[in-house]
Amino acid sequence: MSTLTDPPNEGFRLSMLINDTRYRSLTFQVIAAIVLALCIWYLGNNLIQNLRAAGLNISYTFLGDPAGYDINQRLVEYDSQSSHAKAALVGLLNTLLVAFLACITATVFGVVAGVLRLSNNWLVSKLMAVYVEIFRNIPVLIWIIIIFTIMTAVLPGPRAFRGDNATASMVLDAFAFTNRGIYVPMPWFENGLFASTAMNWLLVLGGFAGSWIAAHQINVWANAKQEATGVRPKTTAMILAAWLVPFLALMLIMGLTWEYPELKGFNFSGGIKVGGPLIALWFALSIYTGAFIAENVRAGIQAVSKGQTEAASALGLRPRRVMNLVVLPQALRVIIPPLISNFLNITKNSSLAIAVGYADITATLGGITLNQTGRAIECVLLLMLFYLTASLTISMVMNVYNASVKLKER
Amino acid sequence: MSDTHAHSIAFVRETEIPPAPPPAGETGPVKWLRENLFSNAVNSALTIAALLVIYLLLSKTLPWLLNGVWTTSSLAECREVLQGKTGACFSVLTERWNQLLYGFKYPSDQYWRPNLALVLLLFAIAPVLFFDLPRKLLAFTAVYPFLAFWLIWGGTILAPIVALVGFVAGAFVFQTYGKSSFAVGFFGAIAAAFAVWIIGGMLIPDGASDNAMLQAVPSRDLGGFMLNLMLGVTCVSLSLPLGIALALGRQSDMPLIKWICVVFIEFVRGVPLITLLFVASVMLAYFFPPESTVDLFLRVVIMITMFSAAYIAEVIRGGLAALPKGQYEAADSLGLDYPQAMRLIILPQALKISIPGIVNVAVGLFKDTTLVSVISMFDLVGMIRGPILASTEWNGVYWELLGFAALLFFVVCYGISQYSQWLERRLATDHR
Repeated sequence: MSTLTDPPNEGFRLSMLINDTRYRSLTFQVIAAIVLALCIWYLGNNLIQNLRAAGLNISYTFLGDPAGYDINQRLVEYDSQSSHAKAALVGLLNTLLVAFLACITATVFGVVAGVLRLSNNWLVSKLMAVYVEIFRNIPVLIWIIIIFTIMTAVLPGPRAFRGDNATASMVLDAFAFTNRGIYVPMPWFENGLFASTAMNWLLVLGGFAGSWIAAHQINVWANAKQEATGVRPKTTAMILAAWLVPFLALMLIMGLTWEYPELKGFNFSGGIKVGGPLIALWFALSIYTGAFIAENVRAGIQAVSKGQTEAASALGLRPRRVMNLVVLPQALRVIIPPLISNFLNITKNSSLAIAVGYADITATLGGITLNQTGRAIECVLLLMLFYLTASLTISMVMNVYNASVKLKER
Repeated sequence: MSDTHAHSIAFVRETEIPPAPPPAGETGPVKWLRENLFSNAVNSALTIAALLVIYLLLSKTLPWLLNGVWTTSSLAECREVLQGKTGACFSVLTERWNQLLYGFKYPSDQYWRPNLALVLLLFAIAPVLFFDLPRKLLAFTAVYPFLAFWLIWGGTILAPIVALVGFVAGAFVFQTYGKSSFAVGFFGAIAAAFAVWIIGGMLIPDGASDNAMLQAVPSRDLGGFMLNLMLGVTCVSLSLPLGIALALGRQSDMPLIKWICVVFIEFVRGVPLITLLFVASVMLAYFFPPESTVDLFLRVVIMITMFSAAYIAEVIRGGLAALPKGQYEAADSLGLDYPQAMRLIILPQALKISIPGIVNVAVGLFKDTTLVSVISMFDLVGMIRGPILASTEWNGVYWELLGFAALLFFVVCYGISQYSQWLERRLATDHR
């Protein structure tokens, strides 16, 4: 009879570091840590030597120096005596502005094109397929340049609006499309409740928020009533009132008036001027990314199987409710994740503003400030930090939303 | 009975009536039109709107295209020939053809070299793209990078040969020792390759490039669409292995390796390519040894490769995640170690799933190579916006040039995406 014995308890041997699975991963990680540390030391050492040779040091004090250049398109007060940090802030807000605008319009373009591509109208669906293929397969930089060229080379100068036999005229006497930008009427308040314009607009925004809450409450109330009695009260008029009444009241109280752009001398004055570079970038980003979103929307709608629609109809739901309650919630689940990455792409592609001279953060901090101060490392690092923060924030917010529409499984 | 019947009915048809043709509205093109274009009021309105759009587009572009002038030497002459009619001035394309394709500095008597490299590229890439071709052709694919380097940059042939010998030595070491232990073979291969490169680098005489068979062309003289193609092909092929390594690293059980990969991938994906190109143009030089001169082309290749590797890694991670867990467990239970399991079981399946995504990244990357024009490299867009539009002869010829650039990119990118769709159908082995 043989007895089972434990294998002899061997001592630790060096080869166990690579052959024994208990130690192997530790060995590899130690090697990786050493290699990483060596790389960092090597690069850092080179950096220090190069900086010393060039007589530079890493310092961010240049941000407080006056920038000395002008920025046309700006959302906050800025002049050439403001600091580099202020210029970067102007650029940052411009980036956020164009990214925000382009995200909205790209979604609109994308949804319309994606739905139309599924239309049973042969001509329309083919036209949309052509749109998607053309815009997806040509670099966005070329589109930005093409649309900027349309803005500057095709639209008439303000000069063309002058005189008795003017070659160009304003649309509806309110919009002027010129090669310097598009002039639109500016709303302002005659007797605002606050002294500053921004506060007045915040008040309007607050009004909208109130309306939204009211409309939501009406829906909650209607749902409760439906649960209790089986009859849903008619809410359309109430919700419309909740949206319109506060807004109209505010407008009446504060005396909303429109300031129209007017031709004075050689240029337009009054109204809001939307600069050519902003329009070019905005439109190019929207129509380019719209093509990608169209494909996502199409894929999302096609992902909802036909049986779902048929089952909903068989349950007696009306077509609108089939769409709202059955198809859209399922399609959105497929559409949202790629939509997030498209929004991120818009934000990142907005850095191409530098090609058309729109003063976004890449053009101010990474362009003029970098060239004027020669602080390449600091500027590029700040730039990367901003984009990284923006990207991570957008993807975080959208992931929260994504989690809320996700399929809830056991 | 039959008699009375015969009298009561005046006429009995004895032959079958030939079937009447269907109503005009239910056959042929009319039916198709009714079903597809005018099925209801909304559809009809859409059709009319679409027709209007098509008419507007064609009425603007067709006369412009058809009246195009191809043979003048400046925009002013074009306008003389056209005499106020609408028409394109395509002569800018014929006159500046070489500049658009090769940049304005590449020696003009050497254009056959990039041309030959492009033709050879088609042969080198064919066995990679089409699996049906004999596998032996891959040998040429392996030699191609060194051949193409020599053709385009010229100079001494010793440099690419040393590089090639280094790789061969590495492969040999891996073949010999990789069987018993992957790690030993792998690191041994790297060591052998570096040894060959260092020794070979010392053997190349200093002035070898001065009177070489092919005239040496510095990187800054490359330009035009050639530069876009070179950047695209180089960076995609370099970023594929790096992307696979990053994707595997991100899945690793070892926390340190996992976090290095996660930080790298998320960092690169979080910043725009332009900032990485800024790094290449103004910042990267600070991180190289003080006396070294790494040229801009190489720095840009490094940054774009890192950029696309991060995206490819995410695509491949999706492929790895899509594999059923049973595949990993089956590989383990067969007693395969990690490298074997990855090489033989996991990666072949995961890569197959990720091919469409990888092709998408490749198309996006190729389009993004136009961004190098922002850091004043003269690629196709850089040539158009820089030397050509700034010249006195062609100042103002926007549409012809931009349209040409758009067309070139469209042809290449559309071609690649069609290939990807073909490949997807080809690889779909599941039953539908």
